[in-house]
Amino acid sequence: MAVSSPPVYDRLSLRQRLALRGIDGVTILVLPAVLFLLAVFVYPFIYGLILSFTPKEGGIFANYQKFFSDPFLYDTILTTLWLAVPVTVISIALALPIAFRVRLMTRQRLLTTILVLPVTLGTVLVAEGLLNYLGPQGWFSRTLMLLGMIDRPLKLTNNYWGVFSSLIITGFPFTFLLTLSYVTGIDPALEQAAATHGAKSWQRFRFVLLPLLIPGLAIAFCLSFVQAFAVFPSAVLLGAPAGPTRVISIAAYQAAFEQYDYSMASAIAMIMAAVQLAIVVAILAIRNLFYRGSTAGGKG
Amino acid sequence: MIRDTTIGAKLWITAVWVVVGFFIVNLLAMIATVIISSFGTRWLGTWLPAGWTTKWYFTAWAEFQLSDVLIVTFQIVFTVVALSGLLGVTAAYALARRDFPGKKLIMLLFLLPLLVPPITFGIPLATVLYQAGVGGTFWGVVLANLVPTVPFVILVMIPFIEQIDPKVEAAARVFGAGTFRLFLHVLMPMLLPGILASLLLVLVRTVAMFELTFLTAGPTSQTLVVALYYSVFASGVRAVQSIDAMAVVYMVTTLVWLLIALRFVNPTQIVARAKQQQSAA
Repeated sequence: MAVSSPPVYDRLSLRQRLALRGIDGVTILVLPAVLFLLAVFVYPFIYGLILSFTPKEGGIFANYQKFFSDPFLYDTILTTLWLAVPVTVISIALALPIAFRVRLMTRQRLLTTILVLPVTLGTVLVAEGLLNYLGPQGWFSRTLMLLGMIDRPLKLTNNYWGVFSSLIITGFPFTFLLTLSYVTGIDPALEQAAATHGAKSWQRFRFVLLPLLIPGLAIAFCLSFVQAFAVFPSAVLLGAPAGPTRVISIAAYQAAFEQYDYSMASAIAMIMAAVQLAIVVAILAIRNLFYRGSTAGGKG
Repeated sequence: MIRDTTIGAKLWITAVWVVVGFFIVNLLAMIATVIISSFGTRWLGTWLPAGWTTKWYFTAWAEFQLSDVLIVTFQIVFTVVALSGLLGVTAAYALARRDFPGKKLIMLLFLLPLLVPPITFGIPLATVLYQAGVGGTFWGVVLANLVPTVPFVILVMIPFIEQIDPKVEAAARVFGAGTFRLFLHVLMPMLLPGILASLLLVLVRTVAMFELTFLTAGPTSQTLVVALYYSVFASGVRAVQSIDAMAVVYMVTTLVWLLIALRFVNPTQIVARAKQQQSAA
């Protein structure tokens, strides 16, 4: 407003003026949680960032130079991407059509409960289960041999495919449940309107539902990717942590707890965060190219 | 509902269900393998073990000191649940009731620990905790686990608190209730379902939280999932069945709480917490 604040305003005490802006006794309640997170989340991040620029030896950027000049270290980025990107793309590609079918079900609860199991049990248990199940004596190879599809057990553990399957087992339900919550958020009236106007199922999907889903799918992709990129226990237990599945979190862990070089470990953690951030920003930028609008029906 | 009757559509629907079936069969078979193996005597090159026994549970209980591990696990988990409830509900109340400058920034602060994977912020956090001297102790593990759980409680509780009419609180004030009595007799009973649901989810998440506990736990502050990791990591030292028995103990501990939690929440809520908060706002 161009007019200066009314005279009454000046006579208010500081307390009343603060209350007018929404700050009073109740607002103070937010402080403990904010201070806590500043202390245990923001501070360690900043500390880690600074620590990564104060290496044990060499100049400010020595850690980063070391990381990007040693193939044993910088290859971990590609290794991790080579796991995380296919897993995320496959999860989304499977989750989308399945969510479209499940949305029509009246009793989804049993299915969603089964699917929430691997998310809840966590990667360690899935890794331990898959070691048995996918192992040379496990039921998976055994069934395929019974069906005559293969004649020798497949090697699915202690390599890329072990980690890949464990990421799918924990990642797909996560992506699916997320996608389902977006898909069910679309008003069915929109699809019915399209059908009334003669749109075939593919057209309804392509021109009505997909555009509405793009923002949600982008978020689901980001969250799933970030989870998959941080793969750690299954890459150690089910993969070949010295070679093909030496992911970036293993490199960071080894720097911190095997070489006790916390400065290097922080640098790797920062690089990990930067790669995740770069992918997320890229996805969100692509999302902005698409239509964004209400998923609710009705006039307007 | 729109019905598709073309052959192509039917084939497509069948294909979708086949994929779902394939996934679920593999998932359940994987879980079944662990359970069967833990009850089997010798299992080599056959569909089922040669005989059945429960001795691995006793072996695992003794070998891995499971009673100690379970006690530590529940001490840590319940401390985390209590503290995240305390910090989370109060902050959620302030955020649901007041609009103040910088609120968006604070919401971002609460959203980030849920979006950034634990291993990414866990390494700098563990470094700081070890330097402060709490790394490797009970409180170090509790502090690390609180980082994602406090924001989780906040984001689940905000829509719950928002749907309670502030007039109810005003009425209680008019009738002379103090802040404490207002909270105890008016707010608590109405918020209880939400608090219970969010704390049960925190419980399940903390029992299963591997990365943060792994990075900050010392020998006396290991939770069940970390102990399981170490035993699988060193497999070959112990009998596979014994590790499987421990995995079953872990599964039961997690699933009991999951089943209780599912009585109060929808399974999709376990994953889609941020979204839920948006739709209620």
